[in-house]
Amino acid sequence: MAYTLTVNGKSQTVDVPADTPLLWVIRDVLNLKGTKFGCGIAQCGACTVHINGTATRSCVTPISTAATKSITTIEGLSAEGTHPVQRAWMQVDVPQCGYCQAGQMMSASALLAKTPKPSNAQIDAAMNGNLCRCGTYLRIRQAIHIAATLGPNGSGAAAV
Amino acid sequence: MTTKTTQIDRRSFLRVGSLAGGGLMLGLVTLPEVDAQGPPGGPGGAKGGPANNTTNPNNYIKIASDGTITIVAKNPDVGQGIRTMLPMLIAEELDADWNTLKIEMTDFDSTRYLQQIAGGSTATPTNWTPMRNVGALGRALIVSAAAQTWNVPEAQITTEAGKVYHRASNKSGSYGEFAAKAATLPLPAVASITLKDPANYKIIGKPLPAKELPLIVTGKPIFGIDVTLPGMLYAVYEKGPSFWAKVNTHNLDDIKKMPGVKHAFVVDRPDFQPNIINGDPGLEPGIAIVADYWFQANKARNALKVTWNEGKFGTPEHTGAVYATKAAAMVKEEPHDVTRNDGDVTKAFAELPANGGKVITGNYSYPMISHAPLEPQNCTAHFHDGKLELWSNSQIPGNGINLAAAACELQPAQVTLHMVRGGGGFGRRLTNDYCAEAGYIAKQVGVPVKLLWTREDDMSHDYYRPGGFQFIKGGVDKSGKLVAWENKFATWGQKNDPAAAAQGKGKGPAQRITTVSSANMGGTEWPQPFVENFAIHTYVQPLGVRTGALRAPGSNVLAFVIQSFIDELAFAAGKDPVQFRLDILNNPKALPPVVAGAFGGGGGGFNAERAKGVVSKVAEISKWSTTKLPKGRALGVAFHFSHSGYIAEVADVTVSNKKIKVNKVWVAADVGHTIINPSAAENMVQGAIIDGMGAMMGGQITLVNGRVQQKNFDKHPLARLANTPAAIEITWVKSNNNPTGLGEPSLPPVLPAIANAIFRASGERIRDLPMVNSGFSWA
Repeated sequence: MAYTLTVNGKSQTVDVPADTPLLWVIRDVLNLKGTKFGCGIAQCGACTVHINGTATRSCVTPISTAATKSITTIEGLSAEGTHPVQRAWMQVDVPQCGYCQAGQMMSASALLAKTPKPSNAQIDAAMNGNLCRCGTYLRIRQAIHIAATLGPNGSGAAAV
Repeated sequence: MTTKTTQIDRRSFLRVGSLAGGGLMLGLVTLPEVDAQGPPGGPGGAKGGPANNTTNPNNYIKIASDGTITIVAKNPDVGQGIRTMLPMLIAEELDADWNTLKIEMTDFDSTRYLQQIAGGSTATPTNWTPMRNVGALGRALIVSAAAQTWNVPEAQITTEAGKVYHRASNKSGSYGEFAAKAATLPLPAVASITLKDPANYKIIGKPLPAKELPLIVTGKPIFGIDVTLPGMLYAVYEKGPSFWAKVNTHNLDDIKKMPGVKHAFVVDRPDFQPNIINGDPGLEPGIAIVADYWFQANKARNALKVTWNEGKFGTPEHTGAVYATKAAAMVKEEPHDVTRNDGDVTKAFAELPANGGKVITGNYSYPMISHAPLEPQNCTAHFHDGKLELWSNSQIPGNGINLAAAACELQPAQVTLHMVRGGGGFGRRLTNDYCAEAGYIAKQVGVPVKLLWTREDDMSHDYYRPGGFQFIKGGVDKSGKLVAWENKFATWGQKNDPAAAAQGKGKGPAQRITTVSSANMGGTEWPQPFVENFAIHTYVQPLGVRTGALRAPGSNVLAFVIQSFIDELAFAAGKDPVQFRLDILNNPKALPPVVAGAFGGGGGGFNAERAKGVVSKVAEISKWSTTKLPKGRALGVAFHFSHSGYIAEVADVTVSNKKIKVNKVWVAADVGHTIINPSAAENMVQGAIIDGMGAMMGGQITLVNGRVQQKNFDKHPLARLANTPAAIEITWVKSNNNPTGLGEPSLPPVLPAIANAIFRASGERIRDLPMVNSGFSWA
């Protein structure tokens, strides 16, 4: 069945069964490969995207519940890597293998949108659903604190 | 005589060539079959010296006429940062500008590159000198070309950041301006070049982000799972519930009617059977489903109705509790193998109590665990024109080629492999079963196919870190000196035919038994060189699944057992745990010498001074002897040597009602005089601590009738951000040794450091992993 959804600001129509996980629509139908598959049961967070601004595990979200909503993937955070979270991730040199980092950045950016100056405890709570098998958590914590000082969308202005 | 090649190691020659458009390239040619007596590269070299080698050596360095410098990265990168680190070595001696140079990924080609694997923490020691030589030779050619062009002595030429200078005449130019001329010059001998004084390093030793960093943070398709080819289909592969189960009945007629499904077929290759003892992957039987999209193939898979013929590996003996009972019973038998027997442990244990000494015992156990790299196994394959093309993030692509060739009944030369970034490895991608499966499926369907496993596939068909049981007895004399150590070690494997073993048909001193992959313990494991009476007796029973190397193989649990029991002995002796270790290291026994390369996880002989250096350093930086902590909180220390690295760690741990909080970890690491990329090195060590914490608390794979019980992260948890210590502080102890690897040796000490802290904080001794089985959890 056909669903029209807005991905990274662009309206797209896909024809897939209602129970198709959003993850596979994003990756293989829309060919946006930044969102990753890790577990398929919402345990690792590699597939995290924003649905109407909320960090959501796309591997367990059927397309039928995502349609009509606004979806943002890592490619939509900013194409050139200018979002504060992306800039902080580069400044701190967070990744090792990098596989989980799109999901980490989507969770982090959703956190910062609601909580511009998160405490360590708020970071731990918001990020605990995102596994990093390489164990880059210390740098993730550090990068979120730095991103919080960089202002919205890389403007360089302090967050209000 | 003009030569276009120069020898850089025993088998390898660097060759200079021209780049289209007037540039320079420096590439490697190797001599896989050069005759030991023959002149390498000499005229008429029948087996193909460099002069006859027609391989296009467009590798390592390319300098275009516009000044663009490209360095080729040759090793698989699964997050260890090698695709940045090896080019750093070349770029330093080439005097290239790191910010503008490009790094290009190679395909696998054993004729054109030195070793291309990611394993054993070997890349640093094996490439440290050859890669710097490659860079220095490239620079030497550019310097010669500039000197000839300007008609000035080479000695007056200087270089910096991809530019050549003759200060006296105020001349300068980019490398590109001299590249075409440099390509016509003879290569100097390696012996004639002088590598840089480390004081002048501009790249080595600087914290540099990976060149892929901008691609990672913007979600570019750089991983194996992201490979997309025109007309590509997607495959899933269903294997049996226990190892080597065969398909009995199925409903493939129904499956083939499902949306998007293009092919569905049974795979059964009895001629290509895997072997548990050898760890051979082979090609496991199963059902392949190929569809337009992966979600269609996977949905069809969920509708499969299959019955399996489970063979000898699907039986009750292959059950966790049965293994444990057998282990406890068999260590009462005669040793299946006397792995080590120095002095007389029996006599020592009998005499110690009467002489004021103490004898204690500790029974330790640890489970199988899964590698669980976050990117599930996958491989994209295209069979065309009688040849197979693979896209894989294997850690050992050469084996992937051989395996896929065997699965497809091809010669390895008919298989090419494009190396793609891996989302973690940890040793899992050292076995290439997914290459065999993808290749086989691609050959059947004739169009490009991406095989992607589920997490459940990955966790239930892994090459697990083997578990083990160790029944240890140790004795200290009345002065508190460690004088006796006996370890009855129950592992998995097979007893060999005694008659064949007696005739020398077995392998080495362990010829009476063969253990499954990565499940052995060497006879010279620490503290063997320091204990006069020392015995290891090894016992084996059959295992129903395959095992393999996982980050710091062997060491990742041997350190837990040994360094925990050392702490038990220190407590029995009434000694401080740091001082007890230093005392042991100060007392090498005058018995048979340490076997170089066979000690503590490999990587050369053991140096007690380096060991004492890191133990002392970690005590200093953690303020071990002066720190006073409240009740329920304590420091624990451990040290381990593996993969040529000496690492000591201290953990600060709070224990409250079996809730564990690791507050901080200090690391003192001696991996030689140079940390090539401090940013990546720090990241990797911090990650190793967190990796070890996760394995210690929750990692376990158990079997019931040969069937793996844990299929996903809910049952095989990893450490999460909230469990992470507030800080992991690293001090590099820079000894005068060439740099060695870091990915593996940094992990093992953290498990016993935490366990020893838990004992000092709570009085509870951790002897069985994972800790969740004893009621522990993270705070």
